[in-house]
Order: sequence, then structure tokens, then C-alpha cells
Amino acid sequence: MADPRALRDKTCVVGIGETAYTRGTTKNPLQLSMEASLAAVNDAGIKPSQIDGVVLPNGHNGGATAGDYAANFGIDDLYYTASYPEMGGAQIVSAMEGAVMALASGICTYVLVPHCSYFYTGARARDMTANPANALQSAETIRDYYRPFGVGAPPQHYAWMAQRHMALYGTTQEQLGAVAVAMRKHAQLHPNAVMRGKPMTMADYMASKWITWPYKLLDCSLETDGAGAFIMTTAERAKDCRQKPVHVSGIASGHPFPPHDIPNRPDILRIGLDFSAPRAYAMAGVKPSDIDFAEIYDCFTGQTILQIEGAGFCKKGEGGPFCENGNIELGGTLPVNTHGGLLSQAHNTSMNHVIEAVAQLRGGCDERQVKDAELGVVTGWGGHGHGSIAILRS
Amino acid sequence: MSTAVKHDDFQLPVMSGYAKESYDLCKAHKLSFQRCAKCKTFRQPPRPLCNKCHSFETEWAPVKGTGKLYAWTIPMNPIGKAWVSYMPYVAAIVELDEGPRMATWVTDVPHDQLKLNMPVKVWYDDLTSEVTVAKFKPA
Repeated sequence: MADPRALRDKTCVVGIGETAYTRGTTKNPLQLSMEASLAAVNDAGIKPSQIDGVVLPNGHNGGATAGDYAANFGIDDLYYTASYPEMGGAQIVSAMEGAVMALASGICTYVLVPHCSYFYTGARARDMTANPANALQSAETIRDYYRPFGVGAPPQHYAWMAQRHMALYGTTQEQLGAVAVAMRKHAQLHPNAVMRGKPMTMADYMASKWITWPYKLLDCSLETDGAGAFIMTTAERAKDCRQKPVHVSGIASGHPFPPHDIPNRPDILRIGLDFSAPRAYAMAGVKPSDIDFAEIYDCFTGQTILQIEGAGFCKKGEGGPFCENGNIELGGTLPVNTHGGLLSQAHNTSMNHVIEAVAQLRGGCDERQVKDAELGVVTGWGGHGHGSIAILRS
Repeated sequence: MSTAVKHDDFQLPVMSGYAKESYDLCKAHKLSFQRCAKCKTFRQPPRPLCNKCHSFETEWAPVKGTGKLYAWTIPMNPIGKAWVSYMPYVAAIVELDEGPRMATWVTDVPHDQLKLNMPVKVWYDDLTSEVTVAKFKPA
């Protein structure tokens, strides 16, 4: 039987590109997607037509189709395309996993993974979650079994988990707030963060309006527009690329059980990452204490805490205290979301998390650089708790 | 304190297939859950195949209507105009004594007295002439 450890460090991210993140735009998703993707290609130092694999995290809903890239980049023989819409927000890291396999198998030589989020100008999340046409596997469950009770928006489903975490483990509102405050601090250091120049204190957090108890407005991620992309190739080819390669040491995707309904899971706090993280660490041959920083899918503060636990940085139930006293801020034991995350940089699913992790491992992130960063974790969360994780090495 | 919802302009279930079977039983005020007719494992939400014995055979099993509060949230920012007059409501996960859990409301309790595992019992909210939903209040 194949051993997934054979994939350790075999593939690399060699190019990253990102548009400005904004609240409102006159550009359409196709244009934003092409801008970010071309920037990533140029960053890698290859020609657009050298791309022979396009792995789309969200299929045609992610801003552009594989056919759009073939037509715009002049790829007259596209070898491979795939998409991961069922993973919800975990789709970016799962798409990276798909790219790893397409490259390591020899099917592709250069793979583009692009994504555009149009959450400010396009449809609201609350309108997408219950629409089966969006391919979310839980959409019919939400429509028929949650919406009749006024539960339809992501913060509402996810607040159930936060509430239970608080009731079982004593997690406090201030500990949720510590996550939001840390992300906002980091956003002050990133030139492309929507919340740069808008600092926030714990008092601001506590005073923000309730969305759905125990979540306040500042527990919730941003709705923004913007696109990002990364280019991957094999470790051997990466040596010839323009930038210092960032290796994929471990990668895995996981699912809560059953995936499509939160209430009927034996334990609603057992998330996809609980399944995938041990597999990713085994592939990488490292342990959580080896990790220098983490870019965690911070759709909501409580989900960030659940994933910090799931990724092994502390025990289940200890995520609240772990986030206090600056522990997840730059200078703490585990800097989390050094770009400001979905909470304070922008919501580009976790494309912006991958891009930030690669930038940190290349070095040169100026005042937000994690000192001597060699190993970073990126997580994805989506579709009611799917969890993907990549362990990246400089 | 929240009471019965009489608006008909919020999102109702699509009344077809398993959802119609499920809500029709609610309409008869007989809260029931789909389970495997062979090995009696619940399938909630309903689905074609038993994930234990892989039988396609199903039956609807009525429950007593008593259970406990598993988790909750209190929406205060409406997802639609119809919900505004009911806010804040307690959108909960209730675990029935027989095992299956469901999204629902817990009514008739001050919010500061909500407690994990508090006992609850069902009541029926006839939303429209077609759709009745099962809600809960302290037992």
C-alpha cells in the first residue's frame, strides 16, 4: 500500500499573487482572478502557458473556470483540472492537496490554484448556505431542518459549537475576544489588510453588537472582495523558479461525521481537523511543538479556538486560555494569522492564509515577520466543519 | 418570551420526499424520526441507506417528545425580515431521549436560566396550514 509520507517535501509553492482586498469593487470576479493568477505566474518566473494543471478550489463559483484560464493564459493543452466545492472554506488547502497529487504523480508540471471571493459585492453567505445549487452538501439539511427555525447563516450554526465549548470547558467571552483582538493587531502590520488603520481593543470587542449569542459582530469574519492564487511545481523544478521554494511537508483533509448535519454528530466539537491533522503531521514527520506560526481559518473566533486545538497546539478544551495574554500574537509562543486573517485582513476563504504562510517562510515580511520561521501550518474550515491542513517548510 | 410563529413569509422546508414525510408527522403532532427498519439505527436527517447495516428499509419511529438541551445560540441579527419580531429566540439543538438530535427552539424560559442538559419537552407550532414544526420548552 502506498505510504503518504512519500509525498513529504516533494512539491513546492513557487509563486503567489493577490489583488487588493476591498469592500466593494467595480471589477468582476473573472478580472480579479486573472490579475491575481498572472501575478502568481510572474512571481514564479514562468510563462502563463507553462501551466498545465488548474485546480479550482470552488469550481466555477471561484471567479473563473479552468477554460477561462486556458483561454486567457494561452494553455493550448491543459492536462488536468479538478475542484473541491464540497469542502466549503476548507477547499483552498484541499485544492493544494489535489495539486500535490497531480504533481507528484507526474501528471502535471506547473499547477495553478486560484480563488476569488466576492463576498461584499456578490451573494451573501446566508443566501448561499441553503441553496443546493452551490454544491454545499449540507444545503438541503440547512434548508429543510435549520431554516424553519431561523438558523441559516454560518455564525448561527457555528455558535452552537462555541456555546457548547463555553459550557463544557469554561471558555469565556474575553477569550473569544482575545482571538479577534490578536487578528486586528496583526492587520495593522499588513499593507493589504482591510482593517489596517482601524485598531480595536478588548473594550471595543465587548461593546460590539450581538449577532447570535455568544457571537458578537467582532467575532465574525469580514465580507470583502478580492482574489489570490498560488503556483505549485515539483521540488526539483522549483530550484529553477525565481523565488525561494516553500515545500509542502504534510497535507491532509478531514471530515466531521456525519459531515452534512451538525446536531447528529456524536460530539459536535469533534471537527474535520481532528481527523486530518494527525495524518498531516505524520506525513511531515514533525509535531505541533515544532511549528513556528499558524494561519488558522478564522471564520469566527470560536472556530479558530476549535482549530487551534484540532491542529494539536493545545488539548481539547484548552483553546480559550491558550489564546489569552498575547500567546497567539506576534512575539507569543504561536503567532496566529500574522496577516490579520479572515477577521481583519480579508475573507478570501483561506487563499490569503496560504499566501501569508508562503510569504513568512520566504522571509521579508518586515515588521510582521516571524523570526527564523521554518515551519508553518495553514488550516481550512468549511461546510460545517470539514478541516484541511497543510504543513509548509521553508 | 417567544411564542408561536404565525408569519408565513420566512423559509419553510421544501415539502417533498423525506422532509414532507417528516413534517407531515409533525403536522399530526407525532414527532418521529426515520430509522432503519432492520437494525433500528436512527437516520437523522433522513437518508436512503442505514450506515450501520446498509439496509434501504426505513420506518418512522415516534418519540416520546422529551429530551435535553445539547447546545444553543440566541440570534439577535435577523436572517430575514420575518424573524425580527421573534428576536431574540433560542435556536437550539435538542437531544431526544431516544437518541436523535434536531435543530429547534427552546421557548418559555428566561435566557439566563438556560442550562446545558436541562430537560425539555415538545410542543407543536402550526406555522401554516401545511407546515408544523416541533419546538421545546422546559419539562
